[in-house]
Amino acid sequence: MIQVFFAEWRKLRRPTLLLGTFAAALFFNGLITAFIYLMIDSPDGNGDRGRSIGREVLNLASGSVNGFASIGGLLGIIALCVFAAQSAQEYTYGTLRNLLVRQPRRLVLLLGKYGAMKSFALILTVVNAAVSIAISVYLSDRAKVSTDLWFTSEGWSAIGHTLVNVYISIVFYAIIGIALGIFLRSPISAISIALVWILILENLIGAVKPVTLDWMPGNQFAVIAQGGTPEVSYSHALTLGSSYVLVALLVSSYLFTKRDVAN
Amino acid sequence: MTTMAIEVEGLTKQYENIAAVKSASFSVPRGTICGFVGPNGAGKTTTIRMILGLISPSAGTGTVLGHSISHPERYLASVGAMIEGPAFYPALTGAENLKVLATMGGIEIERVDQLIDLVGLSGRGGDKYKTYSLGMKQRLGIAAALLPNPELLILDEPTNGLDPEGIQEVRDLLKKLASEGTTVFVSSHLLSEIEIISQHIVMLRKGEVVFAGAIDELLLNQKPTIIVRTENESDLAKVAAIATAQGHHVTIRHGEAHIEGPHEWAAVLNKLAFEAGIVLSQLTPTLPNLEETFFEMTGGQS
Repeated sequence: MIQVFFAEWRKLRRPTLLLGTFAAALFFNGLITAFIYLMIDSPDGNGDRGRSIGREVLNLASGSVNGFASIGGLLGIIALCVFAAQSAQEYTYGTLRNLLVRQPRRLVLLLGKYGAMKSFALILTVVNAAVSIAISVYLSDRAKVSTDLWFTSEGWSAIGHTLVNVYISIVFYAIIGIALGIFLRSPISAISIALVWILILENLIGAVKPVTLDWMPGNQFAVIAQGGTPEVSYSHALTLGSSYVLVALLVSSYLFTKRDVAN
Repeated sequence: MTTMAIEVEGLTKQYENIAAVKSASFSVPRGTICGFVGPNGAGKTTTIRMILGLISPSAGTGTVLGHSISHPERYLASVGAMIEGPAFYPALTGAENLKVLATMGGIEIERVDQLIDLVGLSGRGGDKYKTYSLGMKQRLGIAAALLPNPELLILDEPTNGLDPEGIQEVRDLLKKLASEGTTVFVSSHLLSEIEIISQHIVMLRKGEVVFAGAIDELLLNQKPTIIVRTENESDLAKVAAIATAQGHHVTIRHGEAHIEGPHEWAAVLNKLAFEAGIVLSQLTPTLPNLEETFFEMTGGQS
């Protein structure tokens, strides 16, 4: 499996993919984190969906990762797109047949791919956390936010918890991406269906009937990244999100190991 | 150790309404070059995919290098394959594409540069695959197949897109590999190529094996042919009628009549055509070749 892991990294480390993914993630990360501090006094809000994140919240020990937790869902969507494309392209390029000749144990191949994805997600999480916290510290003075509690033991604990939560969220999104790629065998279909569902349909349905957001997969993953919200508890999101991911893992593993490779 | 590199018995692949391969049985002796021929859609690639464990057979059994095809993990480390043309990641370089496969298969990375040189891609290994010409892609595909230093090399149309020099190089390479003990199972639509390099042949038609064995044995059973062209093409049917009346089997293909018969009968035919007022523009006795035999056995006709 370790051979598959390193072979996958040969693909993931190509500059266009690596730099493109990190540039997109860091751009949105910087934008959203900066927005929280620069628009702190805006009557239109400075958080997700017009929510206001005031100084009383940012002054807390968890204040340093408030911006990072907000972009967790977005980082997950980026990871979903990357890994949906990576898995579906094996079919469209026809490269899967080459990989299976060199590694015929299909489950080992799939597990190696998941391993590479998880390490990619870890790097994505750590780099973005560092950048978001750095921006937060840089803009805190200007926004008159106190950083006194940010790097206390309680502050570091909050950073650690947020890192874990965002990492889980990104991995969950990426697993759904890989599953969609395997199921649909087309990068465009996999990415467009995922984006339409998460960014449009979930929000539309949620706007009409807010209670449905308690059950939507995309919302659960975003809530995990934020460590829970007033509307959906962390434990509910983690349990339900894990269930969705487990189903995706089982279905995609079955398809990957049993389906004929005819292209 | 079994003397056969590949043995399949009753191999079948049934899709919903179509049988892509019907009860195919053949064997490929170790250390030989075996041609795998058949018209488009005959089931060659499906058969190769079943041998490589990419497609599960609907029925039948098989062994590759002595191991059942239901356990490809037991033999694929010793098998190199290029299936249905080269397939690589466009954004990676040629060398990096090979390194992905080498890493995956636990093969020494140093082998990548050696193979890039061997297939004539020296100096281009660092270029992205998407910039390669068709011939270069084909060469990279052959290099990928050679990565594990295979006991069995399976190549699907390896000379596609290659110039005459490249075809000659591939031909020499395959002969060299076979002389070193590698079994080469090669599909190609260039029957003349197969005839030059192969000792054995498997012929498929509509999913069924119509011949499997030594090429010499196949050609030995074929009758010599006289190829006839007439000055006036409409006379071709008359020539065919004359030959048929004399008990010879005739097929008309590409504006030529192919008449089964010994070489000495060509003079008799010439005389009969003259007496019928037909002017022959070509009268060529030929020995049976693979292409003729292939058309005859697979029912191909223009």
